[in-house]
Amino acid sequence: MEASKNNIIEEVTQGEYKYGFVTDIENDFAPTGLSEDTIRFISAKKNEPEFLLEYRLKAYRHWLTLEEPEWAHLHHPKINYQDIIFYAAPKKKEQLGSLDEVDPELIKTFEKLGISLNEQKMFTGVAVDAVIDSISVTTTFKETLAEKGIIFCSFSEAVKEHPDLVKKYMGSVVPYTDNFFATLNSAVFSDGSFCFIPKGVRCPIELSTYFRINAANTGQFERTLIVAEEDSYVSYMEGCTAPQRDENQLHAAIVEIVALENAEVKYSTVQNWYPGNKEGLGGIYNFVTKRGICKGNNSKISWTQVETGSAITWKYPSVILKGDNSIGEFYSVAVTNNFQQADTGSKMIHIGKNSKSTIISKGISAGKSNNSYRGLVKTTKSAVNARNFSQCDSLLLGDKCGAHTFPYIEVGNKSSVVEHEATTSKISDDQLFYCKQRGIDTESAIGLIVNGYAKEVLNKLPMEFAVEAQKLLSISLEGSVG
Amino acid sequence: MDTTIKDMDLKSKLISTFHENRELFYKNTPAEISALKDIAIKDFERLGFPHTKLEDWRFTNLANALSHDYSLSIKPEYQEIDIESIFLCEVPDMDTYNVVLLNGWFASKNASLSILSNGTIIGSLAKAMQTYPHLVKEHYGKYANTSKYGLDALNTAFSQDGIFIYVPDNVKVNKPVQIINVTNSEEKLFVQPRNLFIVGKNSELTIVNCDHSLNHNVKFINSLTEVFIGENATLNHYKMQNIDNNSALINSIYFHQSANSNLTTNSITLNGGLMRNNLNIALAGEHSNADLFGIYLIDSNQLVDNCTFVDHIVPNCTSNELYKGIMDDKSRGVFNGGVLVRKDAQKTQAFQSNRNILLSDDATINSKPHLEIYADDVKCSHGATVGQLDPEAMFYMRSRGISEDSARMLLMYAFANEVINKINIEVLRERIDEMVSKRLRGELSICDQCVLQCKDKAPSVFNIDMTKI
Repeated sequence: MEASKNNIIEEVTQGEYKYGFVTDIENDFAPTGLSEDTIRFISAKKNEPEFLLEYRLKAYRHWLTLEEPEWAHLHHPKINYQDIIFYAAPKKKEQLGSLDEVDPELIKTFEKLGISLNEQKMFTGVAVDAVIDSISVTTTFKETLAEKGIIFCSFSEAVKEHPDLVKKYMGSVVPYTDNFFATLNSAVFSDGSFCFIPKGVRCPIELSTYFRINAANTGQFERTLIVAEEDSYVSYMEGCTAPQRDENQLHAAIVEIVALENAEVKYSTVQNWYPGNKEGLGGIYNFVTKRGICKGNNSKISWTQVETGSAITWKYPSVILKGDNSIGEFYSVAVTNNFQQADTGSKMIHIGKNSKSTIISKGISAGKSNNSYRGLVKTTKSAVNARNFSQCDSLLLGDKCGAHTFPYIEVGNKSSVVEHEATTSKISDDQLFYCKQRGIDTESAIGLIVNGYAKEVLNKLPMEFAVEAQKLLSISLEGSVG
Repeated sequence: MDTTIKDMDLKSKLISTFHENRELFYKNTPAEISALKDIAIKDFERLGFPHTKLEDWRFTNLANALSHDYSLSIKPEYQEIDIESIFLCEVPDMDTYNVVLLNGWFASKNASLSILSNGTIIGSLAKAMQTYPHLVKEHYGKYANTSKYGLDALNTAFSQDGIFIYVPDNVKVNKPVQIINVTNSEEKLFVQPRNLFIVGKNSELTIVNCDHSLNHNVKFINSLTEVFIGENATLNHYKMQNIDNNSALINSIYFHQSANSNLTTNSITLNGGLMRNNLNIALAGEHSNADLFGIYLIDSNQLVDNCTFVDHIVPNCTSNELYKGIMDDKSRGVFNGGVLVRKDAQKTQAFQSNRNILLSDDATINSKPHLEIYADDVKCSHGATVGQLDPEAMFYMRSRGISEDSARMLLMYAFANEVINKINIEVLRERIDEMVSKRLRGELSICDQCVLQCKDKAPSVFNIDMTKI
């Protein structure tokens, strides 16, 4: 039995990401490297107004003064920023005739995830029907949203159609001076999403980048801005459970959320980008700055993330709790396998009175990966009666991986209550034995146990996302548990 | 002759002082240690003083403490009179072997090295280097990390004296060794004592270390201690810190634990301007155990920074850490606790806990308990809390007629008591217990702030005529 277990472990931990890159995109390339010319090129290409070009240039000039941060528990070869093409507008995807031409392994994964046929076509670039279908779906959604006054479009579109809103809110949460990668993004961002929920509107559907037809190929420097006016509500989903094929090695995205009085924003992410092969070659470097501000009283921002992909994840979704009685939440599951490295966590900055925050983070590391939680909870003097609870658990699968916890707690007044607890352990032999005794094989048992372990977070995902994420976890673990 | 620093960058001044007085620093040191000094001064030149850009020093800014005109105590101040009789100090009912460091120099009426009947050696490190160079060489400089920490490098380069304790194998030292580290000078002093403790196989030792200052002049103390704990040996280490608010004290200790060894450290910080405790524990032998306890009660503008690092190098070791703090006024507490479980250090159990109470809106706490784990069969947890006194407990007591002040006192006392109870020497525990409750009542006078209880002539203690020394 031991031997077969080991076999499974072997098989599972040695399993490779089976979905290589297939798409071949013709591009309008910007000149390689980063310079003011590159930025002018990008801005001109996108017909941007003057203020945006100015913003980009300001960011670029500031970026020149910055050095790449090294504090994270990540190791990667130095990135040569002059060796990157910062803008590549996708022209048209090579279209496949039918699903038969698609890698059968990929189709299998889609089936496991329960992705519908049309969606499968869309992901794999089979397009025709799917696109028509998705356009019609999208149109329906657009109408529903327009009725309510909700703006949901690409960032470029927003720049043209709603320059005032963009001007007002862009950079208000993540200023261009924020950090190395945010500054880089501010200089060269390609595209992204813009979402505006007017006063008193409760968005009737879960907004997803997926429904936005031009969401595909937003490029490596994505920028998202979500503004929820007074008394509004929106649930926003980014990414999807399907394996993402992406030719860009470096990703530096920004997400900004503004929640005004009584507004609530729920942001869910599932990230499953190419993690590199089992020798640790290739894979996406993902450096993301995500931050929301609870600007008004009684506002609420909630981040939920399931991170299974990318060779390197550097991501700290944060909430600035400025309004009184505001609430910030962070729920995360991060899975790393092989040579993946994740340094992720959250920042909760309490400024408003009675502000509350919750951090639940579940790290799962397997193979030779390293998984770190890094978080900050800070209460300023003004944050009377602030309350935080953080819980960070790590699960180690295999003896060559690492799990680390770096919480920073900074309290500046006497009425705050901040609690942090963290545990690290391996998967329990008793639980495994119990499952196997009842005829559940090791692999399924591990999937089951890990899903149970991550349940607290998965429960926070929007319904259909949750189902997929759960399956995704099992699939990731099929190839990752030891 | 002291070298006074004026209008000069302290770092470059220190370096030039070192080179100008080379023969002084190299005098009587064995060749191996001289070689360490050579490396250390270069390391210091490269590293300089720690600054807030360094992860471990983010919350503790030395800039202000380093901005003074310090005089370096690079030559011993010879005492002709009995310093212990000036202090007239003793812990009531506590029988100890007493050794005193004055401004970083061994100061005792007794011989600078005393050998007990069981072979234990207690005394001056400078003297020990000459008398027992083989003992010193074996461990000196082996555990501190001069290539990484500027202050370690500085101490290694400059250190000339300190306390040396050697316990041979199979010896149980019957009385605690009490080390009293006193600073007293009319000038702004920069002192760098260096201690080395060696506990042999199957031996047992208790050390009580008191940091104490006698006046309010600005001081910078950069103390470094290396401790080797042999197989199956036990060391209980108590550290009391009660210095004045103008002092900056860096207290770096490196414990190196062999197999089956046992270490208990207890840091009690009741007063001090800027205090940084670097506590490093290397669990280098299997089945060794380390218990780290600490309590800090601070107010006014004080800053206490406890930076602990427990390194689980081999399998089957356990560590348990509990630090508690109460911050009042504009004080700041920093807890920076690291646990590293290295690859293959399986069956490790490491627990870490930091609990804090803030009593004022101007007080702050920066807590960073972190775990780095590279082995899977481990049980590790850490927790940190910041809060106030439990309102329900307060209500319970108020409803039983206990005044608010008394109730608050009682709860704070109970909070601190968890750590105080870990002290194994009864008389010391009682004394500290009393001091903590006095401290919480705000009644702790400067004289009380020491385990040394001065006999009825408290004020005179602060008026030592230093010309006599």
